[in-house]
Amino acid sequence: MTKTTSRIIKVDALSRVEGEGALDLHIRDGKIKDLKFRIFEPPRFFEALLRGRDFSEAPDITSRICGICPIAYLLGSSQAMEDALGVSVTGPLRDLRRLIYCGEWVESHVLHAAMLHAPDFLELDDALQIAKANPELVKKALKLKKLGNEILEVVGGRAVHPVNLKVGGFYKVPTKARVRSLIEPLKWAIDASRDLALAFGGFEFPDYEYDYTCVSMRHPDEYAIQDGRIISNRGLDIGVSEFPDHFVEEHVAHSNALHGKTKTGEAYLVGPLARYNNNFDQLSKLAKATAKDAGLGKICINPFQSIIVRMVETLYAFEESLRIALAYEEPDASCVQVTPRAGTGHGCTEAPRGICYHRYSLDKNGLITKATIMPPTAQNQKQIEIDLHGVVERYMDLADEKLKWRCEQTIRNYDPCISCATHFLKLNVTRD
Amino acid sequence: MRGDDGVGAAVAAQLRADNIEAFDFDGDGAELMEMWAHQGQVILIDAAVSGAPLGTVHRFDANSDVLPRNFFRHSSHQFGVAEAVEMARVLDRLPRNLIIYAIEGHNFNLGAPLSKDVELAVLDTVDRIKADIAP
Repeated sequence: MTKTTSRIIKVDALSRVEGEGALDLHIRDGKIKDLKFRIFEPPRFFEALLRGRDFSEAPDITSRICGICPIAYLLGSSQAMEDALGVSVTGPLRDLRRLIYCGEWVESHVLHAAMLHAPDFLELDDALQIAKANPELVKKALKLKKLGNEILEVVGGRAVHPVNLKVGGFYKVPTKARVRSLIEPLKWAIDASRDLALAFGGFEFPDYEYDYTCVSMRHPDEYAIQDGRIISNRGLDIGVSEFPDHFVEEHVAHSNALHGKTKTGEAYLVGPLARYNNNFDQLSKLAKATAKDAGLGKICINPFQSIIVRMVETLYAFEESLRIALAYEEPDASCVQVTPRAGTGHGCTEAPRGICYHRYSLDKNGLITKATIMPPTAQNQKQIEIDLHGVVERYMDLADEKLKWRCEQTIRNYDPCISCATHFLKLNVTRD
Repeated sequence: MRGDDGVGAAVAAQLRADNIEAFDFDGDGAELMEMWAHQGQVILIDAAVSGAPLGTVHRFDANSDVLPRNFFRHSSHQFGVAEAVEMARVLDRLPRNLIIYAIEGHNFNLGAPLSKDVELAVLDTVDRIKADIAP
């Protein structure tokens, strides 16, 4: 009689991610019997509570979905409303939107890369241990993050949950002097973010690659952040309003967050890696050179190297911020006037974790009759489980504690925001 | 304010009314290190949830005590008070004298007023701070 060997590995509360989730892994005779990335944070029903509210309330209500990426919600919902109401925000107001979005990328990317993800590569438990081992790196990261906060304060009124954005633009535009005060710190930040990218490029990366279906936005003239068409490396090229024709959500029993997939049932990847792979040609000369010097090619399919990509995008965001700050002149009006009418509108932006899609229907008085939001972490869930399968198969021989660590690291490649997706990690591994 | 989460601002307002310098801060905890840079004595007041009775006033000497991280609940992607203090300690950025008052709250509903026991704790905390800074 053959003896079966069983391993059960459980991560009951994943750390260094936003929200509450778990991983259950059951291995029998050296093969994965079951693997579930569970999201158990309770749903918050934002889409339901938006019904009956005025169109103008959607940005501030949806921004409360996430304390890390409120701009993605403020701008995604604003653009959807502007689409429904037949207006567009262009010129210097669009530049201000790009500037504040760059601030959000910086805040989110620097904190995740330097404080939450880097400890995985150094076999340290948290950012405090990195601060003990390399205080200068942490001081630099904190200063970069602070500058991201400052951009949000200058344009959005405050660093956490900005209050100055609205459908049509802003309540008040920042003064030229205030925007120009960012210029000298931004020059320092470009060099400092290159230093961090090169430092992270020296990490040892686990041996895992995947041929991802990369889905991102693409803009004809710039590395897409706040608008553009939706494209993939498989030939997709659609307008934002066509998103529901190509992507769907499904409910799976083990997760309170819906799983995104293509209409043909396939997983896909959104976020920094997808953007980098689809839009590398549109990065700045310095961002491309930094990527190369940090060990990246034009295409990156090792998800663990996303930590480098985040710092390349951070450098680019600082360059963009500097460009906008240097050219800034106070606009004559702080917003485009909007008039309520019946209609349906779509909005999509590149949140730090990937595309965030919004659709709203309005009645003739501008009241919301239907709301649909697809945050990036929900879209990535299926791909996270595929990566976990691949990584567990590759590193099956690791002892349970090491395997558990590698699984958590795999999930943190995505900087998942479970709070947005519902809403991380308990790892439960069973080995028979 | 979210109910009892406004206790820090309430204490600060009372201190200002008594001509004592006090600031409200509702941003990223990582920036606390910048706020208290070059300061000799700093007193920080925040709401806490530790399971203690409503209105309990906890007092920590951050220069000698390690703050319990479960008192000051915060997002993993934003620094809370405990993370900011411990990071500042590692980076040698603590003020010479840092006292933390953590006041136990229960009701954190948006727009709710302070609980009665927390209102009383505000007065108690103000008196204790005055004693802390008395020459």
